[in-house]
Amino acid sequence: MPPKTLYQKIWDSHAVREEAGQPSIIYIDRHLIHEGTSPQAFAGLRAEGRKVRRPDLTFAVMDHSVSTTDRTLPILDQDAKLQFDALEKNCREFGVRLFDMHSKNQGIVHIIGPELGITQPGQTIVCGDSHTSTHGAFGTLAFGIGTSEVEHVLATQCLVQSRSKTMNIVVNGKRPHGVTAKDIILAIIGKIGIGGGTGRVAEYSGQAIRELSMDGRMTVCNMTIEGGARAGMIAPDETTFAYLEGRPFVPRGKAFEEAVARWRQLKTDDGAKFDTTVELQAEKIAPQVTWGTNPGMVTGVTDRVPHPGSFTDVNDQKATERALVYMGLKAGTPIVDIPVDRVFIGSCTNSRIDDLRAAAHFVEGKHVARNIKQALIVPGSRGIKAQAEKEGLDKIFTAAGFEWRDAGCSMCIGMNADVLPPHERSASTSNRNFEGRQGKDSRTHLVSPVMAAAAAIAGHFVDVREFAVESVE
Amino acid sequence: MKPFITHTGLVAPLDRVNVDTDQMVPKQFLKALTRQGFGRILFYDWRYLPGEKPNPQFVLNFPRYKGASVLLARANFGCGSSREHAPWAIGDYGFRVILAPSYADIFYNNCFKNGILPAELTEQQIEELFKRTEKEEGYSLSIDLPNQTVRDNHGLSYKFEIVPSRKEVLLQGLDDIGTTLKHEPEITAYEKIHAATATMFDTVDVKNYSPAH
Repeated sequence: MPPKTLYQKIWDSHAVREEAGQPSIIYIDRHLIHEGTSPQAFAGLRAEGRKVRRPDLTFAVMDHSVSTTDRTLPILDQDAKLQFDALEKNCREFGVRLFDMHSKNQGIVHIIGPELGITQPGQTIVCGDSHTSTHGAFGTLAFGIGTSEVEHVLATQCLVQSRSKTMNIVVNGKRPHGVTAKDIILAIIGKIGIGGGTGRVAEYSGQAIRELSMDGRMTVCNMTIEGGARAGMIAPDETTFAYLEGRPFVPRGKAFEEAVARWRQLKTDDGAKFDTTVELQAEKIAPQVTWGTNPGMVTGVTDRVPHPGSFTDVNDQKATERALVYMGLKAGTPIVDIPVDRVFIGSCTNSRIDDLRAAAHFVEGKHVARNIKQALIVPGSRGIKAQAEKEGLDKIFTAAGFEWRDAGCSMCIGMNADVLPPHERSASTSNRNFEGRQGKDSRTHLVSPVMAAAAAIAGHFVDVREFAVESVE
Repeated sequence: MKPFITHTGLVAPLDRVNVDTDQMVPKQFLKALTRQGFGRILFYDWRYLPGEKPNPQFVLNFPRYKGASVLLARANFGCGSSREHAPWAIGDYGFRVILAPSYADIFYNNCFKNGILPAELTEQQIEELFKRTEKEEGYSLSIDLPNQTVRDNHGLSYKFEIVPSRKEVLLQGLDDIGTTLKHEPEITAYEKIHAATATMFDTVDVKNYSPAH
């Protein structure tokens, strides 16, 4: 048998129908849905008199619009309330399991899938959300889809797809102290550009990837879409199996051992060909800070805001000019001289327990700077929240002047009340710094959790390598 | 879905690279429960001043581009969020064709579900179309999907590439779900061997609406 990539292996084991010159029908193992992109899909099913083919493989959660404060209070946002009601009604009518906003296991869809062991190696996973790429950290083929495809999967448990090209992203060497998974993925996006992975499925490999915890690997795969690739994956290994063992949806005992034996086959064979290969050296990666209005507009913390003239392409020059106006930044400003108004530690990119531990470790015994108007900690799930509270992290954060919130997407997308006000600047651990992403006319700088924590304490960006920070993810 | 065969219409230029779907439909409009009425929302923060007053600086508000149905765009159009609200807004606004050098994958795919043709031309061709659109008020283009051409009234003619199966979807206005369900026996056969149910070995706090499978 010719050598295969991990992507090819998962594809081949999920092809229901393949025909030359036609897209294939691919089976979907897990379908995750949330309140934002599913109502129109259920309406479509209803209009055609169709059912959900595999409600037992479909999981719903409320995450995008949920409040991160007291959920026992009435919901004031009537549009959000209608969305929640619609999701509840749809789940009831079509027989889909629902983690509602009061569930102890509620959280961001891409956080709870892995946390509960719903996500397992070798699966195909889709969700009406581009950050579905997160689940690829387990060696799954996971990607975001539009609402029409959500409806298609609900009705058929399949998707019509053509094979993507493949891209091998190798991060060699050892990650320096103070450099995290977030910095690795931002550096990758900075190198390939935000369209660099278009039409491709990425596989991450190399020592620096292997040495990441599952939390760190999820951060890397999460932002794959910001480099244009719909899916990114990491072959499962001992780290993966250890993470999964004992989680609620993961088989036990002998069945687990058998599963692990199968999962061990999920790796790219020696000699398998990728369409493209990109290599980075981990030692050369500095803590990253975005300065512009997309995740590719990024640089090391010791650098300066670039000059539009430093770009060769005229469209890049125009985009940079526009971004600097929007961001209220002058070319040539040292990154460490940029003051911050608000800090957000959360989102499906960076709200897992490792992220919170790293941030808490940095802020312990310190206090947020006087110019910081708000510093939010939003755990990715209520499970993570409970774990953090068990470890006393909530106390560390609140003593340092942070707000300790309930789980959800929060200020990453600002669909609830957690909005970044116009012209205010955030240090944010989320994934997108697009215009208006965190609030109309708001200014987002994407950073790692420890960099965000440090910015909260200093009131501006600082190089965390100058501090005695724990080796964090 | 309404089939797409040919289309002739006024061109509106959006001279920015990497236009993301957050710009097409900002997050505050993602709470809708239907697919309708998104045309008013399209490029909301760029298009409107406070009070939903049209921003005269934004290109789609220029009188000369009123009624445009062909959107001329730059590279990596539609990047970011998977929200299908973006093509719903583009279609509802009145665009039937987008012309750009490249598209983000999810957005590109979503266009085909909504009868919108995202045609891919080269950077040079797109540059030429930007020049012509700016120069001539009322500049319009004719897009012929069966022949895969883009033409103007001055003899310009560009050929574009499109995957045959995607072309067919637009030409026939196919219902994807109906097409897939024709292969239902194959799906059932697959499920007999693979696709075991998701078993819960430990209790989680979930509303179990799922019927016994």
